[in-house]
Amino acid sequence: MIRVKKIVLWFMSTVTVVVLLFGYHTSTSSTAVASAQSSAVAPVTSGAGTSSGSSSGSSTSGTSTSTTFTGDSASTRWGPVQVEITVAGGTVTDVSVVDYPDGNGKDRQINARALPVLVQETLDAQSADIDMVSGATVTSDGYVESLQSALDQAGL
Amino acid sequence: MTAAAPAARYVEHVMGMPISLALRGRHAGDDIGQAAWAQVMDSLRQADRVFSTYRADSVVSRLRRGEVGLEDCPPEVAEVLGLAAAAEQQSHGAFSVWLPGPDGQVRLDPSGVVKGWAAERAAQPLRDLTGTDFCLSAGGDVTCATTDPGARPWRIGIEDPADPSRVLAVVPVHTGAVATSGTAHRGAHLLDARTGLPPAGVASVTVVAGSLTWADIDATAAYAHGPEAARWLDTRPGQSGLVVWTDGSTTTVAGAAG
Repeated sequence: MIRVKKIVLWFMSTVTVVVLLFGYHTSTSSTAVASAQSSAVAPVTSGAGTSSGSSSGSSTSGTSTSTTFTGDSASTRWGPVQVEITVAGGTVTDVSVVDYPDGNGKDRQINARALPVLVQETLDAQSADIDMVSGATVTSDGYVESLQSALDQAGL
Repeated sequence: MTAAAPAARYVEHVMGMPISLALRGRHAGDDIGQAAWAQVMDSLRQADRVFSTYRADSVVSRLRRGEVGLEDCPPEVAEVLGLAAAAEQQSHGAFSVWLPGPDGQVRLDPSGVVKGWAAERAAQPLRDLTGTDFCLSAGGDVTCATTDPGARPWRIGIEDPADPSRVLAVVPVHTGAVATSGTAHRGAHLLDARTGLPPAGVASVTVVAGSLTWADIDATAAYAHGPEAARWLDTRPGQSGLVVWTDGSTTTVAGAAG
């Protein structure tokens, strides 16, 4: 579900550093895979989002399923950096950044491929089971009557 | 674990708009969560003091009057103007912070950049909360995160521009941002900078992106493209969205691979 976009090249060095940090976490293992597993927060299901459709369609041909691991957030001199790796067939097929310092927000494209799903007929907030509303800027004057106000009061 | 835990909710107003926050998890409702919320509001109030075009004493108002130069402004002014320049270039001039006022005179109005940028910046204390998911809305522009990728995503409703009391679509987001530009609540204040006129054919544009800074900019820029809104948005790497047209039809945009 989380489709993380490839990062730009200049940032790659930071990523490498962090992955290496994870790598040295467990001194015996030499691959990022094992270390990330040891420090992973949680493996994510290998849903559609983790497809290894990157340009270099590496060794993971055919049958193997891929799993995504998210490492702990690491402190860098730029701020917290969190890296996600996708493993398929025992090799890392993708490395992406799920968190990185502000200041290069253009490149932090997390979950950016989530698509809006039209509801069958326009619904009110409760039947749509939503947490927050995105809409044209609500003014403070109009807030009391807004959908967001209803959500805030419901405290769901 | 994936069941919806009750969220703590917070609301305050700044910049003439409501700021709503939902927290789930460890610090939802406790003192640490409350302190982070206070920091969010402090950050937004500070942005308002610098960037408000409604306050005669703001830095931007003084800049507009020529009372101070850019070198006298806090560094975030240059940062925002830099973003604005990039946005103008990437939108082929449809988006600009140099817009004609009611008197027809062109003046600096960085509001189209500031809101998303300020909310993205203000959310940092929330990102620092351990074991806590947050969802922050600044007047309808949303940035959110879940700490556990397996957690229930935040479900962001996209309002129906023809009836803002209703939801037209839903987008589930773990960590990212959703921004919508339209005229449902404030009238025709969005202009195509190339013509100085309100764009035609488009009722609202919603953009889903990694950062609220660029979700907000791109929603406004796409809206400014009028009939070309969906086509332009589709060229934007790593973003997706929804365009609602004035006739009620919609276009879902998957965005360019990137």
